[in-house]
Amino acid sequence: MIELNNVAYSYGGDALLNDISFSLAPGSFHFLTGPSGSGKTTFLKLCYGALLPTDGDVRIFDHSARDMGRDAVAYARRRIGVVHQDCKFLDHLPVNENIALPLTVSGQATPDQFANLQELMSWVGLVGRGNALPPELSGGERQRAALARALIMSPDVILADEPTGNVDWEMSQRLLRLLVELNKMGKTVMIATHDLALIRAAKAQVSARVLRISNHTLQSAGVDL
Amino acid sequence: MKRFLEFFKPLMQADLGADRVVPPSGFTVRLTVFTSAAMAFLTVFALALSLAADRLATNWGEELARSSTIRISAPAGQMAAQTEAALKVLTQTPGVVSARALTAEEQQALLEPWFGPGLPVDQLPVPQLIEIAETAQGYDSEGLRLRLQAEAPGAVLDEHTRWRKPLVAAASRLNLLGWVSILLITATTGAMVTLAANASLAANAQVIEVLRLVGATDGYIASAFVRRYTLRVLTGAAVGTVLGFIAILLMPGGSDAGGFLTGLRFQGWHWLWPAVVPPLAALVAFAATQAAARRVLGELA
Repeated sequence: MIELNNVAYSYGGDALLNDISFSLAPGSFHFLTGPSGSGKTTFLKLCYGALLPTDGDVRIFDHSARDMGRDAVAYARRRIGVVHQDCKFLDHLPVNENIALPLTVSGQATPDQFANLQELMSWVGLVGRGNALPPELSGGERQRAALARALIMSPDVILADEPTGNVDWEMSQRLLRLLVELNKMGKTVMIATHDLALIRAAKAQVSARVLRISNHTLQSAGVDL
Repeated sequence: MKRFLEFFKPLMQADLGADRVVPPSGFTVRLTVFTSAAMAFLTVFALALSLAADRLATNWGEELARSSTIRISAPAGQMAAQTEAALKVLTQTPGVVSARALTAEEQQALLEPWFGPGLPVDQLPVPQLIEIAETAQGYDSEGLRLRLQAEAPGAVLDEHTRWRKPLVAAASRLNLLGWVSILLITATTGAMVTLAANASLAANAQVIEVLRLVGATDGYIASAFVRRYTLRVLTGAAVGTVLGFIAILLMPGGSDAGGFLTGLRFQGWHWLWPAVVPPLAALVAFAATQAAARRVLGELA
């Protein structure tokens, strides 16, 4: 689905990632860990075409990111649900419109799809919060709304960047359960986090592969946890 | 044709979702609408001025071309004889179609704007005027002057061209200036919309980032801004055009006494010209926003 072949990424002359090869197989569950500033977010951005590698090749759904035009990247993103730590909402739109935003921008905002929206909001526990504006939500509600938005297009891949960074332990467990449930439905999930306790908790629920970015390279970290 | 339709797609697709994704911005909306209205108002005036100048140049050109005048200043006792002699010379001059002496009433009518009605022309030493109509080729003015000097010494040939040409040229320049003004107003509208759209796109960089994150194409994002600015400018220009139209309508109609200043109103089908202003302004706004959006989205990629 997503492949990185000998990828390097530098910014302002400083190497952030170096010689990284990786393949995200369908139905897999990955954790990406490493200290703050190690390049986890950059890695995810390379995976969904927000950044182009300075060396090597990133393939997104069998297309080289380097050869994809901006429209092709946009279409690919409709198949990749992204959850950010800071959620990235349009604060002037109510929560239900934010969650439906991928449908709106892809011209698929049909009544049937909006029925799915209600179901999805119920699944993430946001019933009755649809008309609230994003700044009115708690940290946990925001993360669940961001997850719902990432799922509304029924994407093949879910990439989550520190999804539990701003929520308490109980809420992070709840979010984790939702992501594990999605993986069991056949979705491919990758979570970037520096929360090792979350990874340990997940390993009890799902067969997850843990990767760590260290010294700008990607290493398997399964043995350490 | 397909490319043409593709170009206007953002305007034709009424996507309420796209219209809502960009946050409303009250103050800039009012400024854009006001500026567009002012520009449209000025365009209507420039249009009226330009068309009036064009009419004036045409009228002067047509009325004064191929015509000239002979002015006879002679003692009262010789006036009739010299007029007769001048008319005789004119009938024998190749290139002259007709020549006739103006009547006392006609001369009084000519002087009336300056001296008022009831002027006793016959009691004043007013020169006798002879109106000459020429053929398309015209006559030999130097030869005619020499013959008049010999036959009617008090006759002075006035060809009109020496004062008609600069007036026609001035009217033509005024007409050109009017069109240049319209072009400048159009360009200013484009520049204003570009500045406003650039500012709006820059201020909404985070909105654009979110839209891209959820799979919005550049065309979709651009359409949200393009439709907004095009409709604002169209609204403002429509208001400005209506106000300009009313202002022109309130101007006095053309009359011989007022001349150019009272002939500023549109005439005939020219009243339809202002209707072109709002769509033209919207087209300029559309193109300017489209270009600005594409450029800024390219820079933000």
